[in-house]
Amino acid sequence: MKHESVETNAGLLIILTLAVISVGGLVEIVPLFYINDTIEEVEGVRPYTPLEQRGRDLYVREGCYTCHSQMVRPFRDEMLRYGHYSLAAESQFDHPFQWGSKRTGPDLARVGGKYSNEWQVQHLINPKSLVPESIMPGYPWLATTPLDYDDIEQRMIALRRVGVPYSINQEEFDANVERFGEETAVMLDINRAEANLIAQAQEGNFDGDRSFISEMDAMVAYLQVLGTMVDFNQYSEGYFAEFR
Amino acid sequence: MSEKAATAGSVPASTAVPSEQYNYEIVKKFSIAAVIWGVLGMAAGVWIASQLAWPFLNFDIAQITFGRFRPVHTTLVIFGFGGNALFATSYYIIQRTCQTRLYSDRLSLFTFYGWNLALILGVITYMAGITQGREYAEFNWQIDILIAVTWVVYFWVFLMTLLRRNQPHIYVANWFFMAFILATALLHIFNNIQVPVSLTSPHSYSLFSGVQDAMTQWWYGHNAVGFFLTAAFLGMMYYFVPKQAGRPIYSYKLSIIHFWAIIFLYMWVGAHHLHWTALPDWVSTLAATFSILLLLPSWGGMINGIMTLSGAWDKLRTDPIMLFLITALSFYGMATFEGPMMSLKSVNALSHYTDWTVGHVHSGALGWVAMITFGSLYHLIPRLWNTKIYSLRLIYIHFFLATIGIVLYIVSMWVAGIGQGLMLRAFDEYGNLAYTFTESVVFLHKPYVVRAIGGGFFLLGMLIMAFNVAMTILTAKRAVPATDASRATAATAS
Repeated sequence: MKHESVETNAGLLIILTLAVISVGGLVEIVPLFYINDTIEEVEGVRPYTPLEQRGRDLYVREGCYTCHSQMVRPFRDEMLRYGHYSLAAESQFDHPFQWGSKRTGPDLARVGGKYSNEWQVQHLINPKSLVPESIMPGYPWLATTPLDYDDIEQRMIALRRVGVPYSINQEEFDANVERFGEETAVMLDINRAEANLIAQAQEGNFDGDRSFISEMDAMVAYLQVLGTMVDFNQYSEGYFAEFR
Repeated sequence: MSEKAATAGSVPASTAVPSEQYNYEIVKKFSIAAVIWGVLGMAAGVWIASQLAWPFLNFDIAQITFGRFRPVHTTLVIFGFGGNALFATSYYIIQRTCQTRLYSDRLSLFTFYGWNLALILGVITYMAGITQGREYAEFNWQIDILIAVTWVVYFWVFLMTLLRRNQPHIYVANWFFMAFILATALLHIFNNIQVPVSLTSPHSYSLFSGVQDAMTQWWYGHNAVGFFLTAAFLGMMYYFVPKQAGRPIYSYKLSIIHFWAIIFLYMWVGAHHLHWTALPDWVSTLAATFSILLLLPSWGGMINGIMTLSGAWDKLRTDPIMLFLITALSFYGMATFEGPMMSLKSVNALSHYTDWTVGHVHSGALGWVAMITFGSLYHLIPRLWNTKIYSLRLIYIHFFLATIGIVLYIVSMWVAGIGQGLMLRAFDEYGNLAYTFTESVVFLHKPYVVRAIGGGFFLLGMLIMAFNVAMTILTAKRAVPATDASRATAATAS
């Protein structure tokens, strides 16, 4: 076939172009859904509680991913600085993923538990008060804005639709008990979402102010769970390398 | 490209004039929109660059903090400035090279309002904190639908115009525009599959999660570069460089080879944004391999463009528009060399997550995309309004401001990126980390100041262009009221 026939036939040009541009994506993306090794077999990773998920929504809203990654790479300096390198399994319930592409600030994949709640609250309100060299903006409105959780059930239903195992009936609840244990399964029950959210915020008292549930409560609850779900002492060195 | 059409403006109003043979009105609208969004988008860029250098500029105001404002910048420069310039030039080029009028005035007008409404809504929603949290695809799901509809109409207008062509051959620029339209549709749809919280809620969750979501996003992200910011602008280049040089394209064969190679290879390389992450190594290795291969067709395009000037190099001394076009191609060559180098896993280990990536993007975005657009618009705008450019001298000034701006930008980001990369992986004699993360932030201050200044130069150039374009249009309108009147009569009569 001479190239002239493509140049003189718009239909042929379109069909050939579509064929040529489809190959790369098909070869690289589709297998990721079918190759089991893509996501490591590991215990402990669970969906976010309603409060943590709302915190995650705020993390997305404020565009934290424009300056912070959530992906520790398998390098000596990063393991020293941040901890064990990130697993695919650890973001399997992240819709959308927040791996990021730029570290204007440090990686946050394992920030959970590194600082106290008080530190996180103070730092979010005024970063320079704790890290004088910081160039991070302050987020004081998180502490003063009441958390909107009216649509928490709808949010969890939407997440259930995209594959997050939040339970909506007894059957799914039982399956979650089996998979995550009773305590976690209760937190993943959509029917109890609002009660669970309020209870976690009250008990955790993340922002140090019990008078109302603020956006800060949710944000800190989310930050404190980041990277803490997997107990890496359980696994021998080299186990995770098998999946790479 | 017929000379007959090019001189049609000078024939008496009773016969064909450009405004009837071709739909120039829509091209004018998109051109002006490109200039306006260019000013706003680049101003947003200088603003967020300044926030990184002087963080007090965040003012604790939610709507303008870096995290919410960065998507405003990227959206306005890519889709506002770049997008409107592509609509303008593709609608112009397809009419001129097919020697036919655009398929439908009404539908093409719909693409103008649809596209620009999406941009306005995008800016408002980002600042309000409504975002999908996907880079360069932050538009929420309702705006995504508006964009998809607009894009389908764009495809339809482009295709129907192509089918009405009075030339047997489809000119090479149109292949690139067609590939850009098809690929962008594919990318936009598959990267924006979301489940809304409810039909009235602006919020939604992506269908994919974690590793698959990351791969889909960067397949989109890099091909937004590959098709939106490269293939389409190559289409622009393939028309305006030969036009401005007054010479045919250097090699017809090269254009065929590099067209098919570039659209095939680009789709494989997105995963180089995910080297060393939890993405499986096989994908990342494939992406790196194809990234290296991509150097060949990229340089094929650069050579084809630059060599078109072969035998007329003197134009670089006398024609500032040519200066823009050829400098754009040079930056294109540089950025497409740097890109494959950064996609090597060992280089990427240092460069990733640092400002080197930001610098690389801008050597492409400012050096290639913006410069080729400036050149093309300076060529286009006087022809649309059937006049001469207001000031050639201001084009020269714009060119030098832009070039100085780019150099400051790229060099400061090399220093920032490579410097921070080296600091973060440095160890002391006992094997401990030599620097804290905070120490690297302190180091970044000076490069960030230089970058903001570089951006300021570039913005100043853009403002001068806006002034030059405005004066050109105003002068044209004042000069030919009589002709306009007779044209209006002719238009109503037909």
